[in-house]
Formats: sequence, C-alpha cells, structure tokens
Amino acid sequence: MTRRLSFFNVTSLVIGFAFLYLPILLLVVYSFNASRLVTVWGGFSTQWYVALFRNQALMEAAWVTLRIALLSATLATVLGTLAALALTRYGRFTGRTLFTGMVYAPMVMPEVITGLSLLLFFVAIGLDRGFWTITLAHTTLTMCFVTVVVQSRLMTFDRSLEEAAMDLGAPPLRTFFSVTLPLIAPSIVAGFLLAFTLSLDDLVIASFNTGPGATTLPIRIYSQVRLGLSPEVNAASTILIGIVALGVTTATLLSKRSLLRSQRNIH
Amino acid sequence: MPPPRQSASVGAVRRSFAPWSDPEAKPLIRFDNVTKRFGDAVAVDHLSLNIFEGEFFCLLGPSGCGKTTLMRMLAGFEHPSEGRITLADRDLAGVPPYRRPVNMMFQSYALFPHMSVERNIAFGLKQDGLPKAEIAARVDEMLRLVQLERLAKRYPSQLSGGQRQRVALARALAKKPKVLLLDEPLGALDKKLREETQFELMDIQHDLGMTFVVVTHDQEEAMTMADRIAVMDHGRIVQVATPGEIYEQPKTRFIAEFVGDVNILEGNVLGQENGLWRVQTPSAEAPLTIDDPDEVLHSDQAVAIAVRPEKMVIRRDPPGPDAINVLTGEVWDIGYLGDWTVYRVKLASGAILRVTRANRSRYVEHPIDWDEQVYVTFAPDAAVILAE
Repeated sequence: MTRRLSFFNVTSLVIGFAFLYLPILLLVVYSFNASRLVTVWGGFSTQWYVALFRNQALMEAAWVTLRIALLSATLATVLGTLAALALTRYGRFTGRTLFTGMVYAPMVMPEVITGLSLLLFFVAIGLDRGFWTITLAHTTLTMCFVTVVVQSRLMTFDRSLEEAAMDLGAPPLRTFFSVTLPLIAPSIVAGFLLAFTLSLDDLVIASFNTGPGATTLPIRIYSQVRLGLSPEVNAASTILIGIVALGVTTATLLSKRSLLRSQRNIH
Repeated sequence: MPPPRQSASVGAVRRSFAPWSDPEAKPLIRFDNVTKRFGDAVAVDHLSLNIFEGEFFCLLGPSGCGKTTLMRMLAGFEHPSEGRITLADRDLAGVPPYRRPVNMMFQSYALFPHMSVERNIAFGLKQDGLPKAEIAARVDEMLRLVQLERLAKRYPSQLSGGQRQRVALARALAKKPKVLLLDEPLGALDKKLREETQFELMDIQHDLGMTFVVVTHDQEEAMTMADRIAVMDHGRIVQVATPGEIYEQPKTRFIAEFVGDVNILEGNVLGQENGLWRVQTPSAEAPLTIDDPDEVLHSDQAVAIAVRPEKMVIRRDPPGPDAINVLTGEVWDIGYLGDWTVYRVKLASGAILRVTRANRSRYVEHPIDWDEQVYVTFAPDAAVILAE
C-alpha cells in the first residue's frame, strides 16, 4: 500500500525539519558571508575558511579535539565491544542486570552530572586535568553507544558459525578473530564512528574536565562566541557539522548493512 | 492353518555388512551409560550405544527426544552430566571440539558468509597447518566430489540451498574425519532434491569408508540411508536395528507408529495353537491368528496387534469359510496417489483401518467404491504383537 502525502503531512514534515535544521542551515550559509557582520549578508566568500586555517588557536583546538576523539573512540570501541560480548554471550551471570544498567546509565545521565562526578573522581585520585582526563571522560560517555550498536548485531549472530569453526579445528581465540570479528566488524566500525562524533562535539563534559593546554574545539568556539560572534566560528562549526554528519551517516549505513547481512544468512 | 515361520529373515538385506552382530567386533564410538541434564530437564537418560567403523548410523526420533544433544556431545559442544563417551578407545571427556577427530555438518550449514566456497572448504585444513599446495589439492578434490568446481569463487549468499548443502558437506569432509556427524542434513531441501541427495550421501559414505552419524526426524530418510537406526524417545533409545527390522519387527507401539503407517488392533490373548497366537479383538468376530513366535505372552494379556497397510488385502467378495483374520467394514475414504491407492475402511467397532494397494495396472474393472461393504484380510505373519 502506498500512502499519499496529504497536505497536513507535508506541512508537519516541513515545519518539523525547519525547526530542526533551519538554525544549522543559517549558520552554514553565514559561514560563506563576505561581510564581517554576522547578521548581515554581504555576498558569497570563502574568506572565513581561509582565516580559520590561519587562526592558530582554533587550529590547535581542532588538533586536540581530533586526537581526543580518536583515542577515546578507540578505547570506547574496545571496552564497549567487550561489554557487548559479555552481555550477549555469558547468559545470566550474577549481577547481569546491574551490569546492563550500569553500562547504559551514561546514555540517560545528565551530562552535567557525568562531567561533575568525573571531575570529582579525577581530583580525588590526583590526576592532573588536561588531555588525558578529557579522553577518559569521553570514553566513559561513548562506551555505552558502542555497546548498544555491537550488542544488537550479536543478538542476531548465528552461534553455529562459531561452533563450525571450532569443529573444524580452530581454538576459541582463533575462532573469534577469523569468524566472529570479521562478521561483526561493520557494527564495531559503526560504534567507533558514533563514539568519535560524540567526543568531537561534546562541550559539557569536556569543559568540566579540561585543564591547561587541552582546549577542545567546542570549548574554544564557545568561549569565542561569548566575546562576540565571528564568522570564523561559523566556518569552524560548518566543518564540524560536516564531519559529524558524515560519521553518523556512515555509522547508520554500516550497522544497517551488517544487520541485513546477518538476517540474510539465517536462511 | 499355515505352519509357523521357520526362520525370521526380516526386511531387505543391504550389503553383507553387519559388525554389530559380531561379538568380536570393537565399536568405534561407545556411549556408556550417558546422561545429560539441562537444569531439571533430562535430555539424555542413561543411554548406552555402540557405533561401528564404516557404519551409516541414524539417530531417529521426534523433536526433543535428545538426538541432537547426543550428537552435540559427540562433537564436544555439550558435556555428559554422567557416563562416558569413547572414540576409538579414547575417552572424550575434557577433549574440546577443536581437538576431536570428528567433523559436523550443521543443520543451518553454518557456512562462513565472509569466505568464498573455496575458503570455506579450506578453513579446517588451514587450522591443521597443512602446506598450501596440499590444501589446494584437497579443496579441488572436495569440489569435484560434490560437483561444485565452477562455483569455487562464489560466496555462500550467491548459492542455492542445494549448493550450500554441498559446500557444507565438502567442508565437513575435507579433513577426512574418523566420524562425520550430520544434523538434519537434508532438512532444508525440497523433496526431489532430498531423495537424490540421500543416495549421493550413501555413495560418498561408501566410497570414503567413513563412519556417518546422522540425526533426523524424517523416518523415510533414515530408512533409505542407514545401516542401522536408533529410535529415540524421551532421552532413551527404544530400539537399535536395521531399517528392515525397525519396520517389520518394531519393539514398541511408539516405534510402529513413528516409523511408517500402521494399523493397531487392540485385543486380549486367548492362547497359543500350533505355535500361533490367538487373539480376541473387538474389531473382528473371530479371534485373530498371529504368527509372532518371539513374543512371550500369557492368557488374557492385553496386547496391540500392528499390521502395516500394504500387508492388508482389501476385497469386495466374501472370503471362504476357512479364511483367517477377516475384518469387515465399509469404505470411508479413498486416496489415489498414483503408485498407490489408500483405502480407509471403517470397521463395525468404529476403528478406521488404512489399507494400501499398489496400482499395478492402468485399468480396473469395477473399482472398489466409497461406502461399499468390503473385507480386509491379512496373513498371520503380516502382523506383529506388541505387548502393552
């Protein structure tokens, strides 16, 4: 049955999307503004992008952000995948419900609380705040997203594939690396990209746990905006939006494809 | 009255291969009082079983009878709660699946979707660290065996069901295991293909001289392929015998009803005359005469008489006065199957008999019709007595 879009549906769709994306669209458009005034259109120009790449402070912040995102996403992917394996594979072990709850808690916890509690923790153990504290904080935040993505793939994983590998002479570890891992790889990559983009645009947790020499791009942009709007920030944000959109889209496509594949292999 | 049978040669003889009847022969696989529990549920219950080298052995039973658990214990995926399993005199306890000289063909085939046909078949050989040239040669040999040479580079998702089944078989055979386990190997194939593949499997097993253990719930499949069948029910083995014996000399009513079609007439033993049992049943006026000398029965014992539909004769004319085992009734249903016609006959007692007749000629004058009064007879040795 094909459903025709009624006038009401079209209107609500347009309003909904406008509500979500109009501000972002405005930002992207103004990043190509020739005028220095953020609110007045003065013709098309890419000068703010050039200026952005010459802005030492912003570029440094971008570099820090990128390193934190890569490192924390990698850590989160390893830990998140292990958690997903534990949750799907080891049946009903003692404390499983508690473990599940604790893994998913950061998803619903207000970021302010996560950030604050991590800060208190780092102070308590005497860890100097900076690059590493933000990385660890982001790992805590993003791990659960990796777990969710990988777990949904493992739920549909045909265990007899692993049994077949063992039956043919592969010990458990080799079975994992030659059969399990290649098959769940798309969802692991999807989880990684999700973790990466989350770390990239996080402001709240990063600002709680930042220290000297570890200013991330969102923190830098936020502090610049407070001093006054600059079109360079628009340009930086546009690039950030681009990277995040790309990451999330790829992640969605990857996990969708891997899910389809697993369903096809059932029969 | 006919004389009792002299020798009981039951069922068709397949080949002169019967190590199970040789007391000297040593079994290859030995289940010794094996029990498997899952929590409170008992999947396999104090089961003992011997399987000999070169046998095509079928585990047959309804779903949940424990046959798959038995096979998975042999493969090493489950461990017995009690008892011992030995393979070639080696205790398998504590031996992980990847160190057992046993390979399994999975019901779902479990082909690795990220590997080509070739690499699927080579997987087991690679684990053994064989040289590359040898692996390639063995893979080619296997592809030839299952006639898939042209599809070596394909991926499982690009194959049909029948082709996948062949890849799974080739992969399981590639390591030349001592024992090949097949879990419902033909379950996913359509009927025509299934029949062809049954004979192919038998040929392959015969040519390679390997021991095959097949799990199936399809009695026809088991009958066609197996040297011996173990019929399982509720975690126990009810009978282990050749297909012929299982069909013609079932030990219990469960087996008679599970394997093939059967008519069961309940009655009470009157006594023995000339070595033949006389049984009174509400389904017939005169007592029935049954030639089943192996049974030990006493007078008035309640028994079930099992007669296969093809061993009953249906006729319109009344049989002579000395005829034995005569049942009268009317035709309730007729099913024409082409090679066979199935008649369902309702007896005066209300019981419905199933009688089949081979359609040997194309034209029949006055065929038996619906609602007609008919007589059904069977020979004394066509029936088996099953003690209740």
